[in-house]
Amino acid sequence: MSLAIDLATIWALIIAFAVFVYVVMDGFDLGLGILFPWFPAKADRDVIMNSVAPVWDGNETWLVLGGGGVMAAFPLAYAVLLPALYTPMIAMLIALVFRGVAFEFRWRAQRERNPWDLAFAGGSWLAALAQGIALGAILQGVQVEARHYAGGWWDWLTPFSVLTGVSLVIGYALLGATWLVMKTEGSLRDRAYRLSWLLLIGILGAIVAVSIATPFLHVQYTQRWFAWPNIIFTAPVPIAVAAVTALLLRALTNKYDYQPFFLSLALFALSYAGLGISMYPFIVPQSITIWQAAAPENSQTFLLFGVSVLIPLILGYTGWAYWVFRGKVRPERGYH
Amino acid sequence: MFEGWDAVALARAQFAFTMSFHIVFPAFSIGLASYLAVLEARWLLTGREVFLNLFNYWLKIFAVAFGMGVVSGIVMAYQFGTNWSVFADKTGPVIGPLMAYEVLTAFFLEAGFLGVMLFGLKLVGPRLHFLATLMVAIGTLISAFWILSSNSWMQTPTGYAVNADGQFVAADWLEVIFNPSFPYRLVHMVLAAYLTTALVVGAVGAFHLLHDPHIAGPRVMFSMAMWMAALVAPIQILAGDQHGLNTLEHQPVKIMGMEGHYQSHPDGAPLILFGLPDQQEGKVKYALEIPKMGSLILKHSPNAPMPGLDTVPRENWPPVPVTFWSFRIMVGMGFLMFGLGLFSLWCRWRGTLFASRLLHVFAVLMGPAGFIAVLAGWITTETGRQPFTVYNLLRTAESASPLAAPAVGSSLLAFVIVYFVVYAAGVTYLLRLMAQPPHPGEAGPSHEVPIRTAGITPAIEGVTQ
Repeated sequence: MSLAIDLATIWALIIAFAVFVYVVMDGFDLGLGILFPWFPAKADRDVIMNSVAPVWDGNETWLVLGGGGVMAAFPLAYAVLLPALYTPMIAMLIALVFRGVAFEFRWRAQRERNPWDLAFAGGSWLAALAQGIALGAILQGVQVEARHYAGGWWDWLTPFSVLTGVSLVIGYALLGATWLVMKTEGSLRDRAYRLSWLLLIGILGAIVAVSIATPFLHVQYTQRWFAWPNIIFTAPVPIAVAAVTALLLRALTNKYDYQPFFLSLALFALSYAGLGISMYPFIVPQSITIWQAAAPENSQTFLLFGVSVLIPLILGYTGWAYWVFRGKVRPERGYH
Repeated sequence: MFEGWDAVALARAQFAFTMSFHIVFPAFSIGLASYLAVLEARWLLTGREVFLNLFNYWLKIFAVAFGMGVVSGIVMAYQFGTNWSVFADKTGPVIGPLMAYEVLTAFFLEAGFLGVMLFGLKLVGPRLHFLATLMVAIGTLISAFWILSSNSWMQTPTGYAVNADGQFVAADWLEVIFNPSFPYRLVHMVLAAYLTTALVVGAVGAFHLLHDPHIAGPRVMFSMAMWMAALVAPIQILAGDQHGLNTLEHQPVKIMGMEGHYQSHPDGAPLILFGLPDQQEGKVKYALEIPKMGSLILKHSPNAPMPGLDTVPRENWPPVPVTFWSFRIMVGMGFLMFGLGLFSLWCRWRGTLFASRLLHVFAVLMGPAGFIAVLAGWITTETGRQPFTVYNLLRTAESASPLAAPAVGSSLLAFVIVYFVVYAAGVTYLLRLMAQPPHPGEAGPSHEVPIRTAGITPAIEGVTQ
């Protein structure tokens, strides 16, 4: 690992940042859809939908930035990974169509049993599962020849990718449950607390399982994590996971409404950092490095200029939008 | 399933299908966002409640249409990689940054302020809310800027070089962005979006005027829409003519396809009004034509020579029957819009704008005309530049992913089924909203009828801690 920060590394960090923001922001609103079956009452579902209606579109825009950013900065990776992940990607896109339109459609449907609630829940489950499977498929590596994907059409489906798929569903559900703890009151919040407990146990199991399975995929992963002196830098990650878990347990026990969501985000950040440690400097693991995939320098600098000005601006007004809709969601006062 | 099919043909069908479903929503929401900004501005300036009612009325429609545009747009953003990976690898260094700039400058702006625009009037007050509406409207226009720049670069590539890996790289970004066909295409498309929205607003207004010519809301929206049609339709015809001349300069083969000019005309080309282009035989059968008129329009001289497709190798021919007919449909719609605009001016002058049933029926029938024209126009320009993705430089057949036909065919089938279910529902909901006239005290998207009975609104009531 060279210490000099070069353009391709900067871009890898930017893409990693965009994908992470996507994962946590759309993560909690996908999580709400995943939890829909546990909140069958219409009144609860209305509150749940209201809690993200003003922000879901912005959350999903980070996914478009991730896709567009990879095409711009690492076109070769984009061209290899998307055909390799063809089926999970198509499944994800279709799932996102269903759950995206449900935000508006469910208020328009006049039937008693709302079909768009099913679309929202089903779409969220499928999108999360597909994203997790795609992650696992990338980690286990894809076959490349010349500048093309050269593997088969079912290569993405392995026990490992199913494990990462299920893990991400649980992880998103935890973000969703802790979001509800923060944004709601009464019996809805109490149920969200109980679900948070179960999901926390689930996600810890998933983190352990993925951590044990990953080094078996490639010897490079093992060396990256356990070889001296790397271990000095990698050891703090599991230690921090343990610390965040302890804080999360305390927050759930003492019912600090705001902490569980942010601590769950921290858990995601640590797991994500772990993935980054495993992958770097590959963008297609074990086949294509970020330098091989990098777009020519003038494409990367042209876009870097815009990113460095616009991302802070975007974070600013997105933060403002969240601030406007801050606090607990309540049935509108004035009708009571 | 799909064994033995041509994977590239299926990928093209998938792109055409998903793109056609997508484009009608941006075309509508670009115009509608600007219209909403105008309505809110007039409400703030005059304080007249009718403008707020109309704003809330169209805002609910905007919310549904915008969501459908967003989700179908995400599909487009990933399709370059799934089905067109060679294209993505080769053009990514040029097209990628343009599309990333679209996300950064437009999509985030729209999405960031959309929540406040839809649900936040009470929370932030009218002035800040107007700012949010304005940001969403500006965002839709910025989005048009970047995506049309990308598309235009594919049509008339300039400012590029090719590197050792066979990738296009930018030699001069300004030349890439402001490539020769971009200004014309941008103007033509933004005007088309404004006209499309004006025709929908006009049709909804006319529909309610047919039932009751006295209610305020429909009168205001109908009058505004008819001004737009009367003013913008002639401008659009001029802009389209200029765009055509630009195409003749940079993509003459496309013009040959649009005009059905299989043969060269060394001393003045006719204008073929209608006919049946036969790609196999290379001629237009049963052609109804005006001699010399083609040269007069395109070269402003009746005897100017016009080369035809007989000067172009057959493997570089566009699919003339499609290009030829879609072009005529677009132009026909344009002239009908112009006619509606003129008719409305005449009725306005006579004082029968709100009374003429004939005008109202005409306006209702013209409701979908903008969508038809937008689709026909895009089909013209996209089939007319075939068989290339990057004009004269990268062939469509060499742009596709190394996919087997069953993979592309199954995903196409999935999109067809899903889009028909989702869009049928969406269009039903939109028409249901439009079938209600705007009422005094019209509620925004945050006061939903089915919810109000439960005592809950879709809007979040922010409560300071």
